[in-house]
Amino acid sequence: MAHVIIGAGPAGVIAAENLRKVAPAAAISIVGDEEGPPYSRMAIPYLLTGQIDEAGTFLRKHADHFSQRNIDLVHDRVDAVDSEASQVRLAGGSTLAYETLLIATGSRPIPPPIPGIELDGVHPCWTLEDARNVARLATKGSRVVLLGAGFIGCIILESLALRGVDLTVIEMERHVVPRMLNEVPARLIEKWCAGKGVRILTATRATAINRGGSAAGLEVTLDNGETLPADLVIAATGVRPNIGFLEGSGIDTDQGVLVDRRMRSNVSNVFAAGDVAQGVDFSTGNYSVHAIQPTAADHGRVAALNMAGRDMEYQGSVIMNVLATLGLVSSSFGMWNGAEGGDAAELVEADRYRYLRLQFEDDVLVGSTSLGLTQHVGVLRGLIQGRVRLGRWKDRLVADPTRIMEAYLAATRAIGANRRIL
Amino acid sequence: MLRSLKLEPEKCTGCLQCEMACSYEQEGVFNPAKSRIKVFTFHHEGVFAPYTCTQCDEAWCMHACPVDAIVVNAATGSKDVLNDVCVGCKVCTIACPFGTVNYNQDTGKVIKCDLCGGDPACAKACPTEAITYVDADQTGLERMRAYAAQSAQISPGS
Repeated sequence: MAHVIIGAGPAGVIAAENLRKVAPAAAISIVGDEEGPPYSRMAIPYLLTGQIDEAGTFLRKHADHFSQRNIDLVHDRVDAVDSEASQVRLAGGSTLAYETLLIATGSRPIPPPIPGIELDGVHPCWTLEDARNVARLATKGSRVVLLGAGFIGCIILESLALRGVDLTVIEMERHVVPRMLNEVPARLIEKWCAGKGVRILTATRATAINRGGSAAGLEVTLDNGETLPADLVIAATGVRPNIGFLEGSGIDTDQGVLVDRRMRSNVSNVFAAGDVAQGVDFSTGNYSVHAIQPTAADHGRVAALNMAGRDMEYQGSVIMNVLATLGLVSSSFGMWNGAEGGDAAELVEADRYRYLRLQFEDDVLVGSTSLGLTQHVGVLRGLIQGRVRLGRWKDRLVADPTRIMEAYLAATRAIGANRRIL
Repeated sequence: MLRSLKLEPEKCTGCLQCEMACSYEQEGVFNPAKSRIKVFTFHHEGVFAPYTCTQCDEAWCMHACPVDAIVVNAATGSKDVLNDVCVGCKVCTIACPFGTVNYNQDTGKVIKCDLCGGDPACAKACPTEAITYVDADQTGLERMRAYAAQSAQISPGS
C-alpha cells in the first residue's frame, strides 16, 4: 500500500505514526511545503518569548524520528489532486500516486480587507517564517499594533507583552475571544490586561494602514478617528482551511473537507484530518471545523486506522480551548454558550478574576467556560464527552460549580472501590 | 510486573499526608496545592476519596501534547512530563478527561503523577493504607479503566 499524507502538522504526523504501527510494510509519505522538520504552530508563542528555540517547536525531537519509522518526508507543495487517477500533482510538475490519501493541510491566516495590509511591516503570526519576521520587528519598546483579539491574537498578545513592546490591540467585536468566552470573563481579561499596561480597543476597526512620516514607520487608522504609529502590525483576524488546491478534484468541501465518522471524504480512498477537516461535532452532531490540537490528534489516529483498512468510527470532536492572557488562564468546552432549553450554573468572583459557568442539558454537562481555573479543568471534558448523568450532583453543582471533580468521581465511580460509598 | 496505585476511599481519613508527601517529594514544599494526588471530600457521605492519574492507556495528555513533552516511562508505565520540553501550553490539562494534569503557574509547566519513578511518596505516607502501590492486576485497575472508558464513552470506536 502507498499512503500519501498532505501536510506535516500534528494531524499528518500523528496519522503517519499510527499508520506505521498498523501497516509495517506500507509506503508512507508526508508532503509538506515548509522548510525544516515538522513543527508545532502552537509552540510559536513560546518561541517568541525566548522560552524555547526553534528546535523546541519541533513535533518530534529526534532527528531520525521519521527515517527510523520509514516515513518519507517530501518537501514540496501539492498543487492539485486527481482523485480519479489517485495521484497528486506537485508544484515541481511531477506526480505522486497514492492508494489512500490524507488531506491534512491545516489552515492559513486570512488577511483582513484593509487597504495597506500588504505593506512591509505587516505580518501574520502563523508559520515559523512569520515568527522570525515578528521577532525581528517586535523588539523592546517598538510600537506594535495587533489586529484581532481572538484566540490566536490573545496568545500572541502575551508573547508580545513579554517582549516588552508598546502594544495596542484592536478587536472589532464587542469583547475579546468572542468565539471562546462570553462577555463576563472576557471583560475580566480586558481589565486584567489593561492593568498590565496593554491597551485593548474593542468594537473598533482598523480602516487603513499607511506608510508614516518616519523612515520605517507605519500608521494604522482606526474607525474611532485615532491614528496609531507602528513599527509592526500583526494581523491575527482569523484562519481558514487550506482547501483551494482541491478545486475541481471531485472532493466535496464546504468550510473544510467534508468527512464522515471515519474521516473519509466523498471519495472512498481520500481522507481528511485536523484543521482542514469538517467532521462531526460531538455536541451538535453537525459538521464543523475544529481547528484545535486535540481534534487534530484524534482525527489523525482515526483516519490512519481507516486508511489501513481497520474500521474505526469517531465519536465526534468536542471543541475545547485553553488560553493564558498575561498569566490569566481561561478555558472553554463544548456548548460553552449553552444548549437550547438548557440551564446554567455560574460562579463570578470578579475581584479575584475567577469565573466558572457550567451549561447543562437536563442533568448532563454540555459546555463550560472558566477563568482562573488551573486545577482539574480537564474533568470538564470527561463530564461532557462522557455524557455523564449527574443525578443529584446536578443540584450540588448549581450550588457550587467548583465541585466538578467530586461530581465526576461520584457520578462515574472512577475509583473502582468506591461504588458502595459514594 | 507493572504496579499501580490502589486507591481505597473507604480507608481514607482525609489526613492529607499523601498531599504533603507528594508536594514535598515533587516540588520540595509542604503544600497540598502543589500535590499531584488530591483528596476529595464528600461531606454528605462522610467520605474522603484520594484520586490521581491512573496512567491510562489512552494517554490523552500525551497524544494531545504538541511538542512531545509527555512520554511513557518504560520502567513504570507512567506518563511523565519532560520539564525541559514542556512549553506550558496547557492543552494536556484540557485533553485529560480525568482532570489529573494541572498547570503550575509558578513554573509555567504542567504537573501530573509520575509514580515518583516507581516509589510513590503518597503510598509511603498514607497511615491507613488507603493508597497502596501494588501489582496492577490486583488493583482492579484494568476493570476501573474499562469502566471509566465505557462510562465516559471517550474511546473512538463504534
